[in-house]
Amino acid sequence: MNTFNTTARTTLAQASAPARSGGFAPGWTATLAIVALFAIAITFVAKGFQLFQATMVLSYAIALLGLNILTGYNGQISLGHGAFYAIGAYTTAILMEHGGTPYWATVPAAAVVCLAVGYAFGRPALKLDGLYLALATFALGVAMPQLLKYKHLEAWTGGVQGIVLMKPEAPFGLPLTADQWLYLFALLVTVIMFVIAHNLLQSGTGRALRAIRDHAMAAEAMGVDNKHYKSMAFGVSAAYTGVGGALSAIAVQFVAPDSFTLFLSISLLVGIVIGGVGTLWGAIFGAVFIMFVPSLAEKVSKAAPWAIYGVVLIAIMFAMPGGVVGMLRKIQERFKTRAGAPGG
Amino acid sequence: MDAFLHQLLAGLASGGIYASVALALVMIYQATHHINFAQGEMAMFSTFIAWSLIQAGLPYWAAFFATVVLSFVLAAVVEFTVIRPMHDKPALSVVVVFIGLLVIFHSLAGWLFGYTIKQFPSPFPQDAWYGSSMMSAHEVGAIFVTLLVVAALFSFFRFTPLGLAMRAAAQNAASSRLVGINVGRMLMLGWGLAGAIGAVAGMMVAPVVFLDPHMMTGVLLYAFAGALIGGIDSPLGAVLGGFLVGVLENLIGTYVVGTELKLSVALVLIVGVLIVRPAGLLGRTVVTRV
Repeated sequence: MNTFNTTARTTLAQASAPARSGGFAPGWTATLAIVALFAIAITFVAKGFQLFQATMVLSYAIALLGLNILTGYNGQISLGHGAFYAIGAYTTAILMEHGGTPYWATVPAAAVVCLAVGYAFGRPALKLDGLYLALATFALGVAMPQLLKYKHLEAWTGGVQGIVLMKPEAPFGLPLTADQWLYLFALLVTVIMFVIAHNLLQSGTGRALRAIRDHAMAAEAMGVDNKHYKSMAFGVSAAYTGVGGALSAIAVQFVAPDSFTLFLSISLLVGIVIGGVGTLWGAIFGAVFIMFVPSLAEKVSKAAPWAIYGVVLIAIMFAMPGGVVGMLRKIQERFKTRAGAPGG
Repeated sequence: MDAFLHQLLAGLASGGIYASVALALVMIYQATHHINFAQGEMAMFSTFIAWSLIQAGLPYWAAFFATVVLSFVLAAVVEFTVIRPMHDKPALSVVVVFIGLLVIFHSLAGWLFGYTIKQFPSPFPQDAWYGSSMMSAHEVGAIFVTLLVVAALFSFFRFTPLGLAMRAAAQNAASSRLVGINVGRMLMLGWGLAGAIGAVAGMMVAPVVFLDPHMMTGVLLYAFAGALIGGIDSPLGAVLGGFLVGVLENLIGTYVVGTELKLSVALVLIVGVLIVRPAGLLGRTVVTRV
């Protein structure tokens, strides 16, 4: 047990070790500007379904960022974050369907609900570590679809049928289609969430989270309140994932228990590892992976698409065990460019 | 009372299956400190191998032992080709490799053998003397096979030099190397053994739940829970945990919440136990030195 934890911690530490530089280097600002331009350009270049896919990538990215705060930065493994994604999605759906709330107001509501649920779950889970925590979160992930189908909650959740939602139109008479507007809205939320995460992780709180991950006991001795930070990390992480879920509910215009199976939770974990554990930008690469690789695998082989997916997964782990961001950092170091990396 | 006894015994029967998969998980955990998420799918794949051997006309027991040997080889090859190169990589990356293996085996089984549900024969005759209205002959037989596997494993680890070497390699790889144990080979052997145990479990569970690529998904969940509730570093605990989970699942499903929520409630109970006893029922509490 202990060995597992120490190896997990040291490897996590290695994964994010070179990222301690704060602030923005000039090269970094340029990169950011290019990314921003590209993201806005998608609105007008992509059509219908592609815009929907882009919106889903953003929703996954926010969810992955949340999981990364918990697993990458705080060292707590979760195999059940799909549950928080589901809670976020259902909060939005129920508020829109039963409460008549406008769609934009449901997103912060989803964050608040998930923060509360995440904190309430994280508090007793403090006692569990490593694999045991993995099992507890796993149980949460398994239980969630069953709870959503539960007949006494059917009045709210719609049971197996789920809830169908309306797609919001662009406000203020803007000359945008509903898809374009929704993408821009998701982009705005994503930017806000990333800025908050960046600031949070650069602050004393972020340092405390990393200290707990790297050596919990030493952190405690330095005066870090482990209990508080670990359960707060759970809450904040759940809130992020909930916001991702809320966006996905608006984009898909439909929520049903079977969209939030264990497979979603596992996809999220795969996403952060592929993107890069303990990195801010890894979330985006991971989101692109879990959005597109399954359907690409289907194109390669109709007979056994998941075998292709599995092979790709293993191949990527062989080629870049630190994920995409870990790989980029290695390349960066090799070329000795001095562009600072974000996050930390 | 009669119905209760019936549920209890049915729980024991499925618990036996969970126990043997849990045992396979513990085997690999002891040797490598990884949880093999692909264990259930590997067992399912082995069962398909047995099925095709039987279809090809082999008698049951010949197919049984051929499958055990093939599964041993298959698992050892997986260890050598996929897991060994990852030994110094981050733990989470290894987890993702396991997930990759899981979907590969799942998809391959569906592709090679089809997704239709197949019947799998039981080696225990229906009208055998040990069968009764309470427990079918197959259920009694399955429990007996599980206990046999546990006894064999226990004696192997306790009384043979090879078992001793494997335990040593798992506990302290560096010192074992110094006394001349080939640690890599021991890991491969551990994987092979786990694969073989999984194959036995698969062939015992298939007559009950029928054979299809989804057969082991639920079983793996319960086995994982069983292994943890018993203590992940204790083979005896794993077996006990497996039986406990099987009984709990059945009784809760019948008497408390009905079948739709039984999985959730069983898992919540298990997490409850773990919060009180974080190292499992028989697990060693690890003391950290600062």
